[in-house]
Amino acid sequence: MPQIEVRGLAKTFRVAERLPGLAGAFRGLFHRRMRDVHALGGVDFDIERGELVGYIGPNGAGKSTTIKILAGILNPTAGTCRVDGLTPWRDRRRHVSRIGVVFGQRTQLWWDLPVIESFELLKDIYRVPAAVYRDNRDRLIALMDLEPLLDVPVRQLSLGQRMRSDLAAALLHGPRLLFLDEPTIGLDAVSKLAIRDFVRELNREAQVTVVLTTHDMDDIEALCERVMVIGNGRILVDGSVDGLRRRVRNERVLVVDYDSADDALGIEAEGEGVRLVERDASRVRIAFDPDRLPAATLIGQLLAQGTPHDLFIEHPPIEQTVAELYAEHDMRER
Amino acid sequence: MNSAALLVRYLAISLRGQLQYRASFLMAALGNLLNCVIELAGIWVLFDRFGNLSGWSFAEVAFFCGTVNATYAIGELLATGFDQFGTLYVKTGDFDRLLLRPRSTVLQLAGHELSLRRLGRLLPGLVIVIAAWAALDLPLQADRVGLLAFAMAGGVAFFFALMVLQATMCFWTTESLELMNILTYGGVETASYPLPIYHRLFRRFFTFVVPLACIGYFPIVAVLGVDDPLGTSRLFQVTAPLAGFAFLGVAIGVWQLGVRRYTSTGS
Repeated sequence: MPQIEVRGLAKTFRVAERLPGLAGAFRGLFHRRMRDVHALGGVDFDIERGELVGYIGPNGAGKSTTIKILAGILNPTAGTCRVDGLTPWRDRRRHVSRIGVVFGQRTQLWWDLPVIESFELLKDIYRVPAAVYRDNRDRLIALMDLEPLLDVPVRQLSLGQRMRSDLAAALLHGPRLLFLDEPTIGLDAVSKLAIRDFVRELNREAQVTVVLTTHDMDDIEALCERVMVIGNGRILVDGSVDGLRRRVRNERVLVVDYDSADDALGIEAEGEGVRLVERDASRVRIAFDPDRLPAATLIGQLLAQGTPHDLFIEHPPIEQTVAELYAEHDMRER
Repeated sequence: MNSAALLVRYLAISLRGQLQYRASFLMAALGNLLNCVIELAGIWVLFDRFGNLSGWSFAEVAFFCGTVNATYAIGELLATGFDQFGTLYVKTGDFDRLLLRPRSTVLQLAGHELSLRRLGRLLPGLVIVIAAWAALDLPLQADRVGLLAFAMAGGVAFFFALMVLQATMCFWTTESLELMNILTYGGVETASYPLPIYHRLFRRFFTFVVPLACIGYFPIVAVLGVDDPLGTSRLFQVTAPLAGFAFLGVAIGVWQLGVRRYTSTGS
């Protein structure tokens, strides 16, 4: 049985329409026009134990609505959802004692307390047995290198330090499922890598299921085998990261460097599934579809025309892929 | 860890946090102290002019005033999280954080802060009660003291409930409404005087709708050992504080409705 089972999940918010201007605001006091906003329009998916799933989509697509429902703090309008056999919003307290949630934008720690005291308090809140707590705490402190931070009040931590402490705090009670909402937002490169390494390790070694929402496609590429893309309240794509690329445009770019600009000048690439993208001094970029023209054949063609100094194949950045997917979908909606 | 122990931990932590900001604590405590003293001075001026208040002496009225102030202070002390609920939790979305923890929201908010500056109202309140007790030559008997403690416990529940209701409104209005101040600050003011001086409608309201008199006037009449000009029985007077706990029960029920609304609108 999957750890998370979601069927036909829908959420509609009723919001008051705002009229423009001061006069409008005044009229709104007496007469309100309500409008329905469909944040989620019937979403289905399963997540198996031990998966690391990326959940992405533009702002307002329904990402955080889904996460809030899965975390048990928002009721859906329709549909069902089982997490480890519980319906999150019906059994909130039992459910939240088994999951971990980290919001990148907001700390779960106590602002004025030293990190270690936040941990101690969480131990009591989650009723973690002393021995289990000691084990988890020591392991997390070692993994996240928190030792020097333990006596520092949370308000004095840098964003990266705070994020590491927050992650540790969310795992003290040993949850089998972790929701990460933009865990790398605003972090410097080193902190980002530390967080990613940790999440990967947690997933592989401890078999913790992770659902990761992010706008940073590098997070997705570095961590996730599976990615779900949501747009306008529906799942648009659910599959591997490679599959996502292929679905939008199956294209790779061969970058070829020659010894001089003169050597590069004479190079041509023609045929089914191939186009020359750019000629920049001694560098040539050729886009090709590997299904129609294998990379080996293309390279053979080029070698026949001259000897390159170096060559390598680029994936199109997933950011571009996702942007195209969003654009494509928007067009369909309108 | 059980809920009571957790609450104590929360509050101990809050105390330590506040001691970091000493100047702010001292100023606020002083402000509350002055407030209480001025209130009593107001009553004294009244008596200086008129001698008594429809048969009630200054010491008796001071007893009412001291008790309700001390009671209110304890209630407010425990309910700071509810008092600031709109700005601190609803507006910021931080209420989500409480919902993500496997404990009741009421417990977590009660543990939000033990606001030390409220001691500025508690201490003078208690001093006034003790002074009035001495001035009235009341015998120090266990049943009197016990009844007073019971009345104050009911009163703490009552004022706590008012704060919970005030916080509940934030689920609809986002910001804390000052509306409840009519019942909290206004309630303290009202209960500082004996109930019979008020109009009949007022008396009914503060007995049956918002049971302020049940945790103030009625049990205190029994503590003072005087006959109630309104003619209530001793049995009623000593059991009346139960209404404070019942009121709290209702308030928590309404709170749960508010939480349900929050979890279906997400704001």
